[in-house]
Amino acid sequence: MMTKDPILKVEHLSMRFGGLMAINDLSFEAYRGNITALIGPNGAGKTTVFNCITGFYKPTMGMITMRQKAGKEFLLERMSDFEVTRDAKVARTFQNIRLFSGLTVLENLLVAQHNKLMLASGYTILGLLGFPAYKKAAAESIEQAKYWLDKASLTDRADDPAGDLPYGAQRRLEIARAMCTAPEFLCLDEPAAGLNPRESLALNELLRSIRSDTGTSILLIEHDMSVVMEISDHVVVLEYGQKISDGNPEHVKNDPKVIAAYLGVEDDEVDEVIEEIEHIAPGGTL
Amino acid sequence: MEYFVQQVVNGLTLGSIYGLIAIGYTMVYGIIGMVNFAHGDIFMLGGFAALIVYLLLVSLFGGIPIALALLIMILVAMVMTGLWNWVIEKMAYRPLRGSFRLAPLITAIGMSIALSNFIQVTQGPRNKPIPSMVSTVYEVFGISISLKQIIIFVVTAVLLTIFWYIVNHTPLGRAQRATEQDRKMAALLGIDVDKTISITFVMGAALAAVAGTMYLMYYGVIVFTDGFTPGVKAFTAAVLGGIGSLPGAVLGGLMIGLIESLWSAYFTIDYKDVATFSILAIVLIFKPSGILGRPEVEKV
Repeated sequence: MMTKDPILKVEHLSMRFGGLMAINDLSFEAYRGNITALIGPNGAGKTTVFNCITGFYKPTMGMITMRQKAGKEFLLERMSDFEVTRDAKVARTFQNIRLFSGLTVLENLLVAQHNKLMLASGYTILGLLGFPAYKKAAAESIEQAKYWLDKASLTDRADDPAGDLPYGAQRRLEIARAMCTAPEFLCLDEPAAGLNPRESLALNELLRSIRSDTGTSILLIEHDMSVVMEISDHVVVLEYGQKISDGNPEHVKNDPKVIAAYLGVEDDEVDEVIEEIEHIAPGGTL
Repeated sequence: MEYFVQQVVNGLTLGSIYGLIAIGYTMVYGIIGMVNFAHGDIFMLGGFAALIVYLLLVSLFGGIPIALALLIMILVAMVMTGLWNWVIEKMAYRPLRGSFRLAPLITAIGMSIALSNFIQVTQGPRNKPIPSMVSTVYEVFGISISLKQIIIFVVTAVLLTIFWYIVNHTPLGRAQRATEQDRKMAALLGIDVDKTISITFVMGAALAAVAGTMYLMYYGVIVFTDGFTPGVKAFTAAVLGGIGSLPGAVLGGLMIGLIESLWSAYFTIDYKDVATFSILAIVLIFKPSGILGRPEVEKV
């Protein structure tokens, strides 16, 4: 493991939807250069954490600080969604695939470099007149896109509409597109969902090479424990919107609280629980 | 035969103007799914801007060459009308963006009434004439084509090419297409979605202003109610061609122009609008998404 330099700090984060406390006083850190996994049973609030980080939700309480390599700090909960990507350099993918299916694979990767290109094209006008600075920027962005096409092994599909790709390839393209925004911090929401074992292996490879080649830190939500244990450096476990465990994969795997959360309570405690329920609702049916 | 070709030429001229307006409808509908009913009045506003610029130019520098005057009129009208639409979008439509679908539609109708009344109050309710700027007419194989018509064709073709290039081959156009498909995801890739939508409104208004200038030059007169009928026709053109599709808008515009002029030439002129809208109805029965529109495919 590398030195513990936090890139993302979540402090006392709470998110309330009406009477539901989706996240309750959650604090954790993700370290620079690490792959951090956020796990927990369904409904634990993992995606809500992502939505707070990327500006989709305004948290009810709490602070999310992103510290860039150059030392610049951003309070993500105060920024709107496009600023989180453009200024703070945080990118994300979704549980369900959200590619621009009508655009080609290459165009999907170029859209992600929009701000750079827009500036270089002088808000389109200089670009229309064919200024050399724009031509250079356009060529560079295509190079960047090609690099990620190669990483995601999609080079031969570059000019096909993104919607025509097979599922596993679409997943990889989403990650490649997020990387084209040149993020320092990448949030992946269940990247391995629905992948077959071979595609899952290709994904692990891609994530590892992102970490080692670009130094981008990754936060990922994942249910597939083989992926989590295989590639993450650090695991945070949520249950009912609260953190129940935090540490390296070994530590988390053996934490009794985590085992209880995933498998329910142990056998000898069942009688105790039934008694408790009888006490609250006598004679009631469950 | 000559009579027929003559009518086709006239129809295409009218159709070019409809096409230019229709692009504004189609682009705005494409990007935020809203029918901007005030767009016809934006076209009328563009015509008035051109008229004012012309009067100013003539009173300031009497003998200005017509070509130069026309160019200045188009450019100033584009900028002014674009600015108008930018403000309208920011004030009237953006605050309602998260609201239910009918809200911006109703505001747009209100905006349309407000704009035409604003022009009525400030410019007067009567027809505003402009002296004939270009009166050359060429005779080709027995068909008369006026220089005005040629100017309209050329301007339309040039602008269409530029706009088509912007939408398909520039970062701005890519951002527009991405915003059209998935606004949230576009924002998460760092695209300022509100700004992109504003630019779309400005682009649509700029084209409507050109259409307004051409209309003023062609008919030689403009009045505050002139936004309504061409606006509705252009909207019909956008639907006919497939709303959301840029080439579709132009194709629809040309078709409506042709239907109108051919119907007026061979049948009674009173029923030309009935003919236009009947053909729209028939096309929509057999091709509900318009001629060039993509049918929405829901993947389950």
